[in-house]
Amino acid sequence: MPPIISVKQLSKTYASGFHALKQIDLDIRQGEIFALLGPNGAGKTTLISIICGIVNPSEGTVLADGHDVVRDYRSARAKIGLVPQELTTDAFETVWNTVSFSRGLFGRSANPAHIEKVLRDLSLWSKKDSRLMTLSGGMKRRVMIAKALSHEPQILFLDEPTAGVDVELRRDMWAMVRALRATGVTIILTTHYIDEAEEMADRIGVINKGELILVEDKAELMNKLGRKQLTLQLQNRLEDIPQALSGYPLELSADGQQLVYTFDAQSEHTGIDVLLRQLGEAGIDFKDLRTSQSSLEDIFVNLVRERA
Amino acid sequence: MNIHAIRAIYGFEMARTWRTLLQSIVSPVISTSLYFVVFGSAIGSHMNGIDGVSYGAFIVPGLIMLSLLTQSISNASFGIYFPKFVGTIYEILSAPVSPLEIVAGYVGAAASKSIILGLIILVTARLFVPFQIEHPLWMLAFLLLTALTFSLFGFIIGIWADNFEKLQLVPLLIVTPLTFLGGSFYSIHMLPPFWQKITLFNPVVYLISGFRWSFYGVSDVSLGVSVGMTLVFLAACLALVWWIFRSGYRLKA
Repeated sequence: MPPIISVKQLSKTYASGFHALKQIDLDIRQGEIFALLGPNGAGKTTLISIICGIVNPSEGTVLADGHDVVRDYRSARAKIGLVPQELTTDAFETVWNTVSFSRGLFGRSANPAHIEKVLRDLSLWSKKDSRLMTLSGGMKRRVMIAKALSHEPQILFLDEPTAGVDVELRRDMWAMVRALRATGVTIILTTHYIDEAEEMADRIGVINKGELILVEDKAELMNKLGRKQLTLQLQNRLEDIPQALSGYPLELSADGQQLVYTFDAQSEHTGIDVLLRQLGEAGIDFKDLRTSQSSLEDIFVNLVRERA
Repeated sequence: MNIHAIRAIYGFEMARTWRTLLQSIVSPVISTSLYFVVFGSAIGSHMNGIDGVSYGAFIVPGLIMLSLLTQSISNASFGIYFPKFVGTIYEILSAPVSPLEIVAGYVGAAASKSIILGLIILVTARLFVPFQIEHPLWMLAFLLLTALTFSLFGFIIGIWADNFEKLQLVPLLIVTPLTFLGGSFYSIHMLPPFWQKITLFNPVVYLISGFRWSFYGVSDVSLGVSVGMTLVFLAACLALVWWIFRSGYRLKA
C-alpha cells in the first residue's frame, strides 16, 4: 500500500534565516497513529503547517494520498483535518455554526446528521447553541477537534492536542483517537507528553533542530534502544565490587547497598543466570531484586542529548 | 469551484453583519440623515441649486458614495483582518479553497452589505429631499461597481494591516479626504482652474460624477471616463489581490 503521506527532501528556511526543517524524508502509513516527538522549536509545527498548506515549503515535495499539497492543493487538503496547537476560535459564533462553517469551507454539502454525531462524540451536543466565548478552554479544544472532523477527513493532524488539558479530557481524546483509527483515519500527533506517544502511537518519529533523527515502530524502538537494568538489594553493605565480578557492567550505589547490572534485553544471552551464580559463589547475598526497562522518555532524552 | 466554501464564508460574514446590526447599518444611516438635515434641509434651503439641481438633491449621490466607500473598505478590511488577528485564518489557509473563492466570499459579503446600506440611505434621503433618478440601471451599476471595487481595496488593506492602527489609517487619512474633496458637496467646476486639474487625480471624483449623472443627467466628467476610471481602479485592485495570494504576502510564512 502506498504511503498516505509522503514527504520528500522537505526544507524550510524562514525569512528571518531560521532553518526550521532540513531535508526531511518521511512516509506515513495509511491508518496508523504516528507520533512526532521533539523539543520546543524542533520543527514539528512547521512540518505540519507545510503539509496542511499554512506555510510554504522552501524545497521539497509533500504528497497527501498521492496529491501534491502545493500543485494539487484542492484534492490534498480536502482529505486533511487539522487541529492546531493554539486555541483560536470565533468568539461570537455558536458551536453548531462554527462546525458547520468548517464543513462548508472544506467543500462538503451540509450534513446535520454528521455534525450531530461529531458533537455528540465529543460531548459537545449540549453546548451546540452556546457561543464559543462562553466555553472553557477544554471545551474550546473539543470544538477545534469537531471543526477538523466536520468534513470527514482521512488524515487528521493533532498538534499538541493535550497541552493544558485536564486528565479526563485527555482520556476522552485518547479514546476518540483510537475510535477514529478504527474507522481507518490516519492520525499524526505531536506531543510533549512522551507517555502519550508511548500509550497511543504505532510509530514514533523524533525530530530535533529541524532534522528527523529517527522513525521507528514504537515497540521496536523501545526494544532496540531499551536497556534493562537488574537492581539487587544487598543483604550486607559492600565496599567494592569483588575482583571476580569485574567483567560485568556493574555499578555499586554510593551507600553500598545496591548493585545495578545493565543488560541488553534483546540479546540471546543476558548473562543474568551466570551473574547470579557468581554472586552466590562470591558470598554476596541479596534480599530483593527487580528489573526495569527504560521508558520512551529516557530514550528520547538520550537521543536528543546525544545530538545536542 | 468550491461553491460550498464561498457560501460558508459569505454566510459567516453576513451573519456578522446581522449580529452587529446597530453599528453596521443603523449608525451610518443616522449619521447620513444628520447630513441631510443640516446640509440638505437647513443650509440647502438657503443655497442656489447647482447645474439646475437643488442643493439638497445635489448632495444625495455624493453622500451615498461617501457611505458606500467607507463602509465597503471597513467591512472588507475588518472581515479579513480579524481572522488574521485572532488566528482563525489557519482554517481558511488549510482549506481546499482557491484565492478567487476566498475573495468572492469576503468581498462579496462586504459589497452586499454596503449595497444594502447604500439603498437604505437612498430611501432615507428621499424622506428629507425630493429627487428623481433618471438612469436607475446605471445608478445600480455604479453602486455595484463601486461597492465591489472598494471592498477589494478594503480586503487589500485588511491583509496589509498588521495592527488595528493601520486598519484605521488608510480610511481615515486617505479615503475620507478624497471623498470630501471629490465633489460630494460641490461641483468641481466651482473650484479655481488649478484645483480642478489637481482634482482629476482623485479617483473618487469619477465615481461621484458618474453616480450623480445617473440621478440628474449632469456630470463633472463624461460618463465614459467615469466608468473607465472605475474599471481601471478595479483592475488594479484585482491585480494586487492576485499578487498577494501568489506570494503569500502577510498570509503565509
